[in-house]
Amino acid sequence: MSVLVWIETFEGSMNPSSREALAAARGLSSTVTAAVFGKNAAAIAAEAAQYGATAAVVCDDATLHDYRLEPYAALLTKLVQEHKPAVVLAVATAAGRELLSASAADVDAGILSDVVELTLNGDELHAVKPAYAGKIISKLAIKSGTKFVTLRGRAFKPLDADPAASVSPVAVAPVLSEAQIPVKIEAFEKESGKVSLNDAAIIVSGGRGIANNPKAAPADAGDAAIWKAKDGFASVLQPLVDTLGGALGASRAAVDAGFIPYEYQVGQTGKNVNPDLYIACAISGAIQHQAGMRNSKLIVAINKDGEAPIFKLARYGVVEDMYAFVPVLTAELKKRLGK
Amino acid sequence: MHVVTFTRSTPDTAAKVEVNSSGAITWGDAATVVNPWDEYSLEESIVRAKDLGGKAVVVAVGAEMHNEALKHSLAMGLDEAYRVEAPADPTDTLAFAVLAAAAVKKIGDVGLVIFGKESIDIGTDSHAYQTARKLGWTMVSNVSKILSAGGGSLKVERITEHGKQVVTASLPAVITVLKGINEPRYPSFIGIRKASKATIPVWSAGDLGAALPGKTTELVAYQNPPAREVKTEIIEGASMEEKAAKLIDKLLEEKVL
Repeated sequence: MSVLVWIETFEGSMNPSSREALAAARGLSSTVTAAVFGKNAAAIAAEAAQYGATAAVVCDDATLHDYRLEPYAALLTKLVQEHKPAVVLAVATAAGRELLSASAADVDAGILSDVVELTLNGDELHAVKPAYAGKIISKLAIKSGTKFVTLRGRAFKPLDADPAASVSPVAVAPVLSEAQIPVKIEAFEKESGKVSLNDAAIIVSGGRGIANNPKAAPADAGDAAIWKAKDGFASVLQPLVDTLGGALGASRAAVDAGFIPYEYQVGQTGKNVNPDLYIACAISGAIQHQAGMRNSKLIVAINKDGEAPIFKLARYGVVEDMYAFVPVLTAELKKRLGK
Repeated sequence: MHVVTFTRSTPDTAAKVEVNSSGAITWGDAATVVNPWDEYSLEESIVRAKDLGGKAVVVAVGAEMHNEALKHSLAMGLDEAYRVEAPADPTDTLAFAVLAAAAVKKIGDVGLVIFGKESIDIGTDSHAYQTARKLGWTMVSNVSKILSAGGGSLKVERITEHGKQVVTASLPAVITVLKGINEPRYPSFIGIRKASKATIPVWSAGDLGAALPGKTTELVAYQNPPAREVKTEIIEGASMEEKAAKLIDKLLEEKVL
């Protein structure tokens, strides 16, 4: 039995989280084919070999240099039809989720998305995934046909690189020509240097209490609470994030109040995250927020209200105003971590 | 051309959802609401149906409990609502997609299908992408703003993990929209009254001429997540500096820094 792993690429490099999919694939089978589409596909296939791929199919065509669903799905579906893998795996990034779902529909096969545990039981694939925004765990199975699975980021640990491992990539042609692709990318505004919430090992989040900034808002600030909160994210939490090399998050209350854009929201209607360390600052810990972060390995709560429900989830708590404590913590960390 | 959106009833976001002793999911006597991501797709459908000069139609694929979400949609101002009977296990997204695509075809003259980003109960967005494939239509996910829709094409802003894209796509298309794309309206008093009297037509797979594929995924069991066994330690100290130093010691010991 063989596993096909879609390796996500961006601007000619492998998305590091794809290593997790390779590791999960090797956990199921010793025959793992990496499917690499895009710029530098052959070089990326060589990198995939070091992390567990035993074969590779590559397509370095201009139509595939930027990820778009239609040309990628057409090619992945063709590979699935030709290779007939037992399992198709990818990490559940935005692209991974839609690509594998589309291809599964093309071949009328089952898909399980955002899976945190995976086992093969003879011909049956069993998986565990969260439902109801993490309030419930569902156990699911695919018992026949090609089995498509996307893996929650950071749920599977990558293998150590084996510098001696290599593959001979097989080049394949794209299925759709540019004229057949119904989507054109007109403009792209890249956000560089930012760690994504899904990949982050450390997340620092701010809640509604971030509006209690002791700094006075300037007279021309418009809404003083919004100004204070934005200043709190930028001048108090962001330096801590930068010192730790983590990602910035927020509670729904902070997002709904207009303090920070939606893409930072952690929780039931935001992102579900599972970092090693989650530092909740001025977050009370509503059930909606807990749903998105309760799987973090270790939670630290900083809140001036010692009765806040977030302390029940936290391993360590600091009952202090974040505006007084976080700058001191950041300075101390810089000293200790030698930054 | 018409705009079609899909919705479902899910427990109130503040409800405590758990698995009872017989293995079923319960949320006590908490109310259901429209799937939280769908408020945005419902609002966007009302607005875009006007752009395309058609009706805004809402469909739920699933059991009778989803009538609640359909009535909320009608109260918001959607023009028509339908429910499609589906297999009892909602986790098989392929079955959903086959029925959803057939419903879109039955409605006819549809230019745009809009989904909320995800369904919170089944915890997935697969069904949206799969509906696009079963229709054979263009799929554009994670749309944060529709710049224009009409004249056979769609121009949108979408958020990817690497930044913001502007893309054009041919219509008809299926899109998923993000929270923040609009400010969903509240149902009006007259809307609520009208919706409460509405009868929702129900379509079976047979009515839609849909051939359901065999079951592709199976639900084995629902479980409550393991209780988070944490012993909370409050960091004490005479000064901020002392507390910070103690916290850092702990985090280094736990190897999370």
